Amino acid sequence: MSVIRLENAPSVIGYAAVVGRREHEGPLSDDFDLHDEKEKFGMDTWEKAESEMQRLALNLALAKAKLTGKELGAIFAGDLMNQCIGSSYAAECSHRPFFGLYGACSTFAEGSVLGSLLVDRGVFSKCAVLASSHFCTAERQFRYPLEYGGQRTPTSQRTATAAGAFILSAQGAGPYVREVLPGTIVDMGITDINNMGAAMAPAAYDTLTKYFEETGKKPEDFDLILTGDLGKEGHGIICDFMKNAGYDMSGVYNDCGLMLYSAATQDMHAGGSGCGCSASVMAGHIMKRFEKGTVRDVLYIATGALMSPASLQQGRSIPGIAHLVRISAERGGE
Amino acid sequence: MKIDKETYKKYAKSRAPSSPLLKDMLFAFLVGGAICAFAEGIYNFYLYIKIEEDTVRTLVPVTIVFLASLTTGLGVFDNLAKFAGAGTLVPITGFSNAVISPALDDKSEGLVMGVGAKMFTIAGPVIVYGVISSVIYGVLYWLCGVIL
Repeated sequence: MSVIRLENAPSVIGYAAVVGRREHEGPLSDDFDLHDEKEKFGMDTWEKAESEMQRLALNLALAKAKLTGKELGAIFAGDLMNQCIGSSYAAECSHRPFFGLYGACSTFAEGSVLGSLLVDRGVFSKCAVLASSHFCTAERQFRYPLEYGGQRTPTSQRTATAAGAFILSAQGAGPYVREVLPGTIVDMGITDINNMGAAMAPAAYDTLTKYFEETGKKPEDFDLILTGDLGKEGHGIICDFMKNAGYDMSGVYNDCGLMLYSAATQDMHAGGSGCGCSASVMAGHIMKRFEKGTVRDVLYIATGALMSPASLQQGRSIPGIAHLVRISAERGGE
Repeated sequence: MKIDKETYKKYAKSRAPSSPLLKDMLFAFLVGGAICAFAEGIYNFYLYIKIEEDTVRTLVPVTIVFLASLTTGLGVFDNLAKFAGAGTLVPITGFSNAVISPALDDKSEGLVMGVGAKMFTIAGPVIVYGVISSVIYGVLYWLCGVIL
């Protein structure tokens, strides 16, 4: 698969991020639109809370874009729960064509790739991209009960309680989705669910090197290269591997999982993870930076660890994937 | 990627920081020891208020299980266990927490398929293999009696 250039680069005309308590206590707290201290968003179960979080993100993004839900051609949304119920319930009352996606933590980039392609080719004039994760639903699904007394390893990551939304439109003042590179599955044999950074890093490396080789660009051509949720481990691996491949990423590279929480004051081990992690950092922090003009050209590579509890129990390794989205303040040029 | 799976796995493992074993063991020793000393105190207290020793032997684990369940329900247990590790896991407190924590989580799926079915997801294997090993031990014990 090669880099797809979007000639009619869709504009991100609305964006919003809704987060939980820990994320709000983190260094990016000012960039999020809404948070709930109790993380239940007025609901009685964690699953409903996650859907509500996603619904709020969509409505906030629509409001910022001065649109109503009826004007959306489609909604692309995903989360980590079984059968993607978080997104289905969130989109229920919008009555718009709905595509439920599963790309684990890469979902927001997956949705952005699909949404921007379809807007670029004129299929839809506007569409919404949504992704969410909730610490409490993900723990129940993938790990242990919430009150279970266990210890985490230093390489483990915390699933972010967060949701992000983009509204993409054929018309708009930017920023624009200029290029996309859908990822392929890369499995390097990692079986440790507590080291997802190492499981996903090869996929990010694969996508990044493909992008640089094909476009002839270099890391320093961008203001920021941002991976989704590789955490401390994955971040270190990417730096190592890219350096060996001849790309110096220092100075321009960061990871949403490392940005969401404070490593010094919040006990989050290797950083944040989950669909909501990069979705909220992109739709909160990064979009605000585009607004302020402190970044103009960003490569966003969201990574996903595509395992299930059953595959892990059967001893199978964790397949990784990484989708790339290039967002720029300018529609054309290099 | 120009690296084979085995080399990558070794590389990932070698660069991953390991758990702080010394600190973990120290906390496990201190907290686990404190729990056992506390249980011993309760044991003596029950004897002091003139409860029969046989009853006390049942009553002490019941009390500790109750306290572990209560602190699990109050959301305190996991915060302590994060530091204590094996210190809270190995005594009967760990077993109590392993039953109560899924029960708390799964009450949203109802009393039968939620609480009833899922409360043993963690403790279930312990019960199954605990019972099996006790049977094996019993048979061996009986055989030793017959042979000797």
